[in-house]
Amino acid sequence: MNLLQSLGHVSLVSFAKLGRASLFFFALLRSFGYLVTRPHLIIKQLYAIGVLSFWLIIISGLFVGMVLGLQGVYTLSTFGAEASLGIMVAASLVRELGPVVSALLFAGRAGSALTAEIGLMKATEQLAGMEMMAIDPLKYILAPRFIAGFISLPLLALLFSSAGILGGHLAGVELLGVDTGSYWSQMQASIDFYDDIVNGIIKSIVFAILITWIALFEGYDAIPTSEGISRATTRTVVNSAFIILFFDFLLTAIMFGSH
Amino acid sequence: MISIRNLSFSRGARKIFDDISLDIMPNKITAIMGPSGTGKTTLLKLIGGQLTPDSGSIHVDEQNIHQLSRPHLYLLRQKMGMLFQSGALLSDMSVFDNIAFPIREHTQLPENIIRTVVLMKLNAVGLRGAADLMPSELSGGMARRVALARALALDPEMIMYDEPFTGQDPISLGVLVSLIQKLNQTLHLTSIIVSHDVQETAAIADYIYVLSEGKIAGQGTPEQLAQTDSEWVQQFMQGKADGPVPFHYPANAFSADLFHS
Repeated sequence: MNLLQSLGHVSLVSFAKLGRASLFFFALLRSFGYLVTRPHLIIKQLYAIGVLSFWLIIISGLFVGMVLGLQGVYTLSTFGAEASLGIMVAASLVRELGPVVSALLFAGRAGSALTAEIGLMKATEQLAGMEMMAIDPLKYILAPRFIAGFISLPLLALLFSSAGILGGHLAGVELLGVDTGSYWSQMQASIDFYDDIVNGIIKSIVFAILITWIALFEGYDAIPTSEGISRATTRTVVNSAFIILFFDFLLTAIMFGSH
Repeated sequence: MISIRNLSFSRGARKIFDDISLDIMPNKITAIMGPSGTGKTTLLKLIGGQLTPDSGSIHVDEQNIHQLSRPHLYLLRQKMGMLFQSGALLSDMSVFDNIAFPIREHTQLPENIIRTVVLMKLNAVGLRGAADLMPSELSGGMARRVALARALALDPEMIMYDEPFTGQDPISLGVLVSLIQKLNQTLHLTSIIVSHDVQETAAIADYIYVLSEGKIAGQGTPEQLAQTDSEWVQQFMQGKADGPVPFHYPANAFSADLFHS
């Protein structure tokens, strides 16, 4: 009986939270009109969320690409197919690693920061203060951050993939002596703009919406104490990671399942 | 200005207000007093429309706050200023921008007029020289005065003070007490002070409500309250350690606890 009760309790709490999160999402969408006349709010957040994540993404991308280059050469050389290294590196980055790894890094770097920032604003009554000044914090504080996240992550994912391709070149061509001509030409011949690159971008757009939504909602819904905020920040990173990987599977199945 | 009728509100199983009714007179300072945890701040949040009561009504300016649409509620809030206990200053803006913020959002005034208005508000609280500081550089008393200037930015008709005297050194305290009184007189504001600092509040309030356990335990002018025959109100107003509110939290007999391990 107790088990049933707590199971019921957990599901009720989760559904209530899901409901609040959905209402929150639609309220965010309705706030976009407010920002048309205030683009500076978005630009400021683009800097905080996007530009400040730049080096993390570039350097991680470079290393992931280099590892792909090394592993690729070792594996492909068993079949004498080192020349195809370019396809392997580019396809895995553009389709999978670019969107997924940059989303995971983004959740850790920008998502956690957003949750902590919003949670702290709630704890210090800055959000309530704004409401009493008749300024909707959803419009002024949360919506610009949502849009900035939505714009930043797909661009960061592209940068990640580009850095990774250069990293693969560095390791495979410069270090292990794969022919540079075949690296680039095979890549150019086999990577399809729509199938590979656009699908990758769609993935990172979906991840961007999910991560920013989770991060903002967790902050907004956090219990306004130091423990509450720390838990909310943890939940942002953990839940984002789960949801990214789950949606990656889902989207991959939809996009490439029919091939 | 504000009339509260048969208001009930609970948090979880705990009843915070149990069918209370009270009136806030225009152009007067009304104090809501009571021990910590009696829901004084909750009352301000109910008046500001941030919380919804379980039953009963709150009318501000003849309008039922909880039946207003969101845009109308926001319109009404422009007539209310609220001073939060923490100040609630926006930590990523300077003092100047904090006060200019509501003016910039709600009016189309050109920047030079906003500057004049902000400096006037800051001058009123004696902090014109601190315009360029960040909130993190202010002392607690200064932060509260800046928050007061910001609450006045849109020239509200009423202002709500949430524990304005808590945690202030004697000098800041004196400054705040006289500021609240002066502002109320010169700007013809309606002021609500929520506080448990009896001396300071009784010194400037025109009318006091004392809350306890969800009910109104006593009300009247400070003079009337000083002569009340309610023992509970007497204990609260004079800060006696023992009385109807016992010093000891309910427990077993002392000897029984000591010798029973």
